[in-house]
Amino acid sequence: MTNPQAILKLTDVHTYYGNIHALKGISCSISKGEIACLIGANGAGKSTTLMTIFGVQRASQGKILFNGKPIQDLKPEKVAALGVSQTPEGRQIFPRMSTYENLEMGAFLRRDKGEVQKDLEWVFSLFPVLKDRMGQLGGTLSGGEQQMLAIGRALMSRPELLLLDEPSLGLAPKLVEVIFETILQINQDSGTTIFLVEQNANMALGISDTGYVMETGKIVLADKSSVLLESEQVKKAYLGE
Amino acid sequence: MDLSSFLLQQIINAVFLGSIYSLIALGYTMVYGIIELINFAHGELFTAGAFIGVIVLTALQQMGFVETHFVLTMIIVFVMSMSYVAVLGVAVEHVAYKPLRTSSRLSALLSALGMSIFLSNGMMLSQGVSDRAYPQVFGIEGIEFMGARITNGQIFIIILAVALMVGLQLFVHRTRLGKAMRATAQNKTMARILGIDIDQTIRITFMIGPALGAAAGVMVGLHYGAVRFDMGFIFMIKAFAAAILGGIGSIPGAMLGGLIIGTIEVMWAAFLPSAWKDVTTFTVLIMVLYFKPSGLLGEGTTEVRV
Amino acid sequence: MIQKELKKLVVYGAFLVIILTPMLGFRSTTFEPGRVLKILGIFMTILVLNIVVKFIRSQKKDDGRKKTPWTEVVRKRINRYPKVYTLGGLLALAFAFPMFADNYMIDVGITCLIYVCLGLGLNIVVGLCGLLDLGYIAFYAVGAYTYSLLNLTFGLSFWAALPLGIVLGMVVGCIIGYPTLKMRGDYLAIVTLGFGEIVRLVLNNWDSLTAGPNGLFGMKRPALYYPSFGEDGFTWVTYYLKSLPSLYYFILLIAILTIIGVRRLDNSRIGRAWIAIREDEVAAELSGVPTTWIKLLAYALGAGFASVAGAFFAAKLSYTNPNFFLFMESCIVLCIVVLGGVGSIPGIVVAAFVLIAAPEVFRGLENFRMLAFGGIMTTMMILKPEGLIPASRRRRELRADQEPPPKD
Repeated sequence: MTNPQAILKLTDVHTYYGNIHALKGISCSISKGEIACLIGANGAGKSTTLMTIFGVQRASQGKILFNGKPIQDLKPEKVAALGVSQTPEGRQIFPRMSTYENLEMGAFLRRDKGEVQKDLEWVFSLFPVLKDRMGQLGGTLSGGEQQMLAIGRALMSRPELLLLDEPSLGLAPKLVEVIFETILQINQDSGTTIFLVEQNANMALGISDTGYVMETGKIVLADKSSVLLESEQVKKAYLGE
Repeated sequence: MDLSSFLLQQIINAVFLGSIYSLIALGYTMVYGIIELINFAHGELFTAGAFIGVIVLTALQQMGFVETHFVLTMIIVFVMSMSYVAVLGVAVEHVAYKPLRTSSRLSALLSALGMSIFLSNGMMLSQGVSDRAYPQVFGIEGIEFMGARITNGQIFIIILAVALMVGLQLFVHRTRLGKAMRATAQNKTMARILGIDIDQTIRITFMIGPALGAAAGVMVGLHYGAVRFDMGFIFMIKAFAAAILGGIGSIPGAMLGGLIIGTIEVMWAAFLPSAWKDVTTFTVLIMVLYFKPSGLLGEGTTEVRV
Repeated sequence: MIQKELKKLVVYGAFLVIILTPMLGFRSTTFEPGRVLKILGIFMTILVLNIVVKFIRSQKKDDGRKKTPWTEVVRKRINRYPKVYTLGGLLALAFAFPMFADNYMIDVGITCLIYVCLGLGLNIVVGLCGLLDLGYIAFYAVGAYTYSLLNLTFGLSFWAALPLGIVLGMVVGCIIGYPTLKMRGDYLAIVTLGFGEIVRLVLNNWDSLTAGPNGLFGMKRPALYYPSFGEDGFTWVTYYLKSLPSLYYFILLIAILTIIGVRRLDNSRIGRAWIAIREDEVAAELSGVPTTWIKLLAYALGAGFASVAGAFFAAKLSYTNPNFFLFMESCIVLCIVVLGGVGSIPGIVVAAFVLIAAPEVFRGLENFRMLAFGGIMTTMMILKPEGLIPASRRRRELRADQEPPPKD
């Protein structure tokens, strides 16, 4: 897929965990303003893909372009400074900081206080429950609240590209729906490009524009999400039909 | 002197000693909080602070500065000593800790221990093996009340120690950098993802912690009137006991722990044979580690693994 | 690259100036720039040389072949001959040593051998089991004081006191070991350090038993007994080992026995259990290793070896006092283990000789001994954490890591 307005473009990316070849040549391209999703089974390398984009895991080979700029050799803090943010697997809330402080840390790199305040209001409008939990320590929040906080925190940097790692993990079905609706809303409200990694293929393909299917370190299918939803292969393996 | 004023006197001494231990313990706790390693060289950094204090103070005294501008003298002495040790702390981090951040704990511990031996002997060679006398800038004047007395020097030191601790607490909770430090301590990967430069954060921790230790070093020098290259050792063990007792990684814990250790030591020396007072500190340390390794205000993060 | 290195050099230089100037320049009340410049010069030379070496290395074409390190070259050279010859040669040299050495050299040799025993004992705790013990010298003190007290109060001979000393050392080892079993590495280090100091303080303060800082003296030296058939019939004659060569042979024997003992332990089930604990305690526990007992055993055995060395030390000097057992001594022993290679027996033997004998050879630099030890410890950890002569097991581990990842 060649895409002139690709915000993120991966070309033949390889990553190793010690001796384990976790990513075996990933290539994909995400356009500005869309929601893309990456689905696949446990251990397929979905989270590794996100961690490699962010530079937490170093890519041993291949190119990662963000807005045309190579970022494969940048440290995570530099990638963040370019306007990428992430809610990693397991939410990674700072347990001994309050909800408010957690959100504040999301805006760590920003100096425009007034705008930060506006974004804070926006996050509270997306997740009203966080406003009630302002002073509570992150570690004492429930799983769903932590997920909302993690997404809220990622939004506080006003990212161009938001990487979401399994936002549905461990949540009640009803909450999952709320979260996915909010993800859609974030995309529509602010035009933030979202790259969503999910095991819940049905939901993920339902809200996304483009979809990628990953198996053992490789992308095996890439198409419009609506097409993938109808594909026999995907239906059989991931949609449980 | 009746018993109540004797007790009051001991309490004053305990608070005094405790606040010094707290300052040193803060250095341990901050470094531990952020890289989960003990800074073995902390005792030496504390001693280095005391040495810089005596060097600067002696120089100022010779210029006749102390009599004319007392407050300014004190500010200069403390600022010089603390900034020197901050630089030294960064150097220690860069040499002994940074290259080993991904190796085993044993390697990092040994490298830090080597650094501590190196610094302590370096100071011995450069400053001599004997005591170096501090100029006596505080007289014996003090305040007497209810039969107990507290000297001006003690008042000054307690106030300064408390001010430094309050300042640290404000720094850690109110400033951007302080928050970055807490975030780094709680989750390094996430901190980086949010754009925090953790190398820089760790460096700053290695500046602030040792700088507080340096302030304590100057205080010890001012109060006891002398500094020696190996005085860091015993203070290190006591401050470490304080940090553990309070719960390592916890800043209020270090303050509380310092006060408790100071109290135990002063009370022991007041009522029981003082030759054994150091044995008590060690025993307290071991008991705490055995029965409640997370300490009094600890966050329960202590795992069993090496 | 050169620009980057030069920038680094300037930064390091600035740091060194800031750090060294006050400490070196103001020994008394006047400023002496000469001392600062001298030491600064030494440090800067090292840094510049470092850059030069880096530069030369980068200029050399990488021919794809990995250069074998010189330690490997030496090892290969030595391994060309059967092991028996090497060991036999070394043994012959060790036995012949007193014949051509003067008393001073023999004395140094004895000290080296004592440290070989201590290093090997500590190696069990640190090297094999992975527990950082900073109070190891306490067991040495226990051995020395046990023999001294038993000999002075009850007139027990060295041989009768030795087993008691070992048992007591092991008991103290367990007492120290038990509360620390569940602790993590750095807590353990501080606690053992504290215990070591407690032992020293007790020896120092318990005047009625240990004579406090004055120390104990007048202990008998170890003796040999041989039968004699005189006019009164059969008697045992006691021969006290008073001369330095006889003491040398005695400690040589102890050292050899220690080497054999530690080697057998290393290759035993227990040795493997220790290494399992060092590598992953949880995994070891789950595989059925009784970690508590095995760790206690490491402490006890390490303490036992130190105790023997301590008893010999006290008997040799016929004098002991608490100041022989300072924290610095623990650091020296630890440095031997680190330099030689954690877990490596030949490494520790070599390191003990290098570290103990070198300061004797370069007498003028004696004051710099501990400075160098500290520097060596940090440098080794950064550059060559496996030690000069890595233990064979370690070397295999490290080799496995260096293999390039498989490509597919």
